Amino acid sequence: MVLSSVLVLTIIGLVSAVLLYFLLQKFKVEEDPRIDQVQEVLPGANCGGCGSAGCRNFAERCVKADSLEGLNCPVGGAETMKKVGGILGLAAAESTPMVAVVKCQTVCNERPVTSKYDGALNCHISQTLFTGESTCPYSCLGYGDCVNACKFGALSISPKTGSIVVDPDKCTGCGSCVKACPKHIMELRKKWPKNRQIYVKCTNEDKGGIARKDCATACIGCSKCVKECQFEAITVTNNLAHIDTMKCRLCRKCVAVCPTGAIVAENFPKINN
Amino acid sequence: MKTFRLGGVHPHDNKITAAVPFRKVPVPEEVTIPLDQHIGAPATVCIAVGDKVKAGQTIGNPGGFVSAAVHSSVSGTVKRIDRVRDAWGVYHPCVIITVEGDEWLEGIDTSDTLVKECALEPKEILDKITASGIVGLGGACFPTQVKLMPPKDCKIDTLIVNAVECEPYLTHNHRLMLEKGDEIMVGVQILLKALGIKKAIIGVENNKRDAIEHLQSLLPTYNISGYDIEVTPLKLKYPQGGEKQLIQALTGRVVRSGAIPAATGAVVQNVATVFAVYEAVQKNKPITEIALTVSGKRVANPGNFILRIGTPLSAAVDMAGGIPDGTGKLICGGPMMGRSMVHLNTPANKRTSAVVMLDESEAVRGKVENCIRCGKCVEACPMGLEPYLLSKMSKMEMYDEAEQHQIFDCIECGCCAFSCPSNRPLLDYVRLGKAQVMSIMKSRNNK
Repeated sequence: MVLSSVLVLTIIGLVSAVLLYFLLQKFKVEEDPRIDQVQEVLPGANCGGCGSAGCRNFAERCVKADSLEGLNCPVGGAETMKKVGGILGLAAAESTPMVAVVKCQTVCNERPVTSKYDGALNCHISQTLFTGESTCPYSCLGYGDCVNACKFGALSISPKTGSIVVDPDKCTGCGSCVKACPKHIMELRKKWPKNRQIYVKCTNEDKGGIARKDCATACIGCSKCVKECQFEAITVTNNLAHIDTMKCRLCRKCVAVCPTGAIVAENFPKINN
Repeated sequence: MKTFRLGGVHPHDNKITAAVPFRKVPVPEEVTIPLDQHIGAPATVCIAVGDKVKAGQTIGNPGGFVSAAVHSSVSGTVKRIDRVRDAWGVYHPCVIITVEGDEWLEGIDTSDTLVKECALEPKEILDKITASGIVGLGGACFPTQVKLMPPKDCKIDTLIVNAVECEPYLTHNHRLMLEKGDEIMVGVQILLKALGIKKAIIGVENNKRDAIEHLQSLLPTYNISGYDIEVTPLKLKYPQGGEKQLIQALTGRVVRSGAIPAATGAVVQNVATVFAVYEAVQKNKPITEIALTVSGKRVANPGNFILRIGTPLSAAVDMAGGIPDGTGKLICGGPMMGRSMVHLNTPANKRTSAVVMLDESEAVRGKVENCIRCGKCVEACPMGLEPYLLSKMSKMEMYDEAEQHQIFDCIECGCCAFSCPSNRPLLDYVRLGKAQVMSIMKSRNNK
């Protein structure tokens, strides 16, 4: 009894194996083996930071491309792209590592709170209803759409202040949070050694007086920083200063002259007064 | 009694101000008139700072085909043309006018005398409606002249007048029917003439018995020379005032998914719009005033008000006795579809229909629990959708699936969230998904 079942199953198995082998030969899809090799060295986060629909799609694009110009994996950085270049026999394009910053100070005691929101805790939903619980219509809503979008655990909401905090060591600069934020508060900036960073931590485009009333640390567009900057890195458009991350040399002169403290310097050693 | 077939809910109607006649809010010292009081392109300014304007004068011309003109509601000097934040912090282009006296533009009849005869041709009527900046005053603010010029393949046979007012607390349409019944009837005749048809149905919910009887008593006077106007009482059910629901309730016709309501052969106009059409065509008076209900269970002196466009809402609320203690939410519009406001220092405009002040206990949202798959939201949805599923899809960003489940059919009435025993924010997520799906569809069509 047992023997017959073993026999029958073995025969079925053998017949199926032979059938499948020939079917595989007939319907085989020819694929460049290098796609698999490239995918192997990619980080596999499927974050979409490269502009492709996941790592496999990016690998396909790399294999098809004649040069790696414009193709960059922000998560893996230069090292990964060098490996990809090695597989494909192409020179990896130069890329600058980036890191996300939050352009709003969102410390609740610095901006008057005018209302209380009790709807679904989602920035996009809140955004369609009103501009936020504070007076500043440009400010961070604080429901963490960016935190949910981050696949690397680099973002968190500070329990103390309610503001969004970026862990620069974990951030890969993929830009998911930039796309997720309905208020356009997140920005990708050049990653400096020791995670040093200088930027305008504000997105308020109102005139100085109104901006100041909305928030004590708002950029009022006074242009003092523009005059101070020796590298022509700072521009003021729509009453809002912006520091070009590629031109900035971290001299910190603009930080000292900013009357509202909207320009912040992060991870610098403390200056002794 | 007639009503729509699918779904619907029965919120307590709380029509506490139904017996309170309109009161006029005095003209303020300064008005802020938004230039985007309608769906479509904002109006383009046609005056300059320092200009003297009279009440009823055009200050903004339509900025496109789907757009409406904007008029000064007062006489005075233009002080500023600037972006102004509304009650939700959103910027709107506005014209700020300092009031000097109350002088109306020549040719505008501000008296209460009834003008019955209208000798104008349909084209002239449409031109007058366009020039008077008339938009749907039921809340959507869709330019009326566009609605009166349906696509050629839609054969219109019925005009439906939406006098349902199914939102709880709101009574200004009810008062308008009682106080301006004759004017509304003339307005209906004008609209019928513009559309080139004879048949009109006025749909009124059955909690407004006095209005139904008043309008019915007027019918013999106005059903002359072939006009066939009818007043139909409707069974109480929210959202009866929805365009698609009302067409179904009154004619039994169903607006198919993705089709415009005019495809059923019916054009729906709000009763306040009909009155505005009467004033524009017979009296040359553009929309310069709006009716507003200020209500709430604890409000000292709730009532219905008429105020000039651009007057801060706080002026009407002050006349109603101010904000009572223990108010949890100030809602612009009705409690079902309105939005709660951050402050009242925002100008009244064509979009404003009511200020409802809810108690803290009424206003608070319940604790969100898990979905128990009871299906109450599915039962309540007047469009036959599955809100629990759509909200989950929106939350998980499954927009393709949401599109297949016809999320774009949602009319955002809030029946799902109202009926949910787990207090889930169903509509919040469905609305988010709807907006995303609509933008995806739009970008696909543009390709």
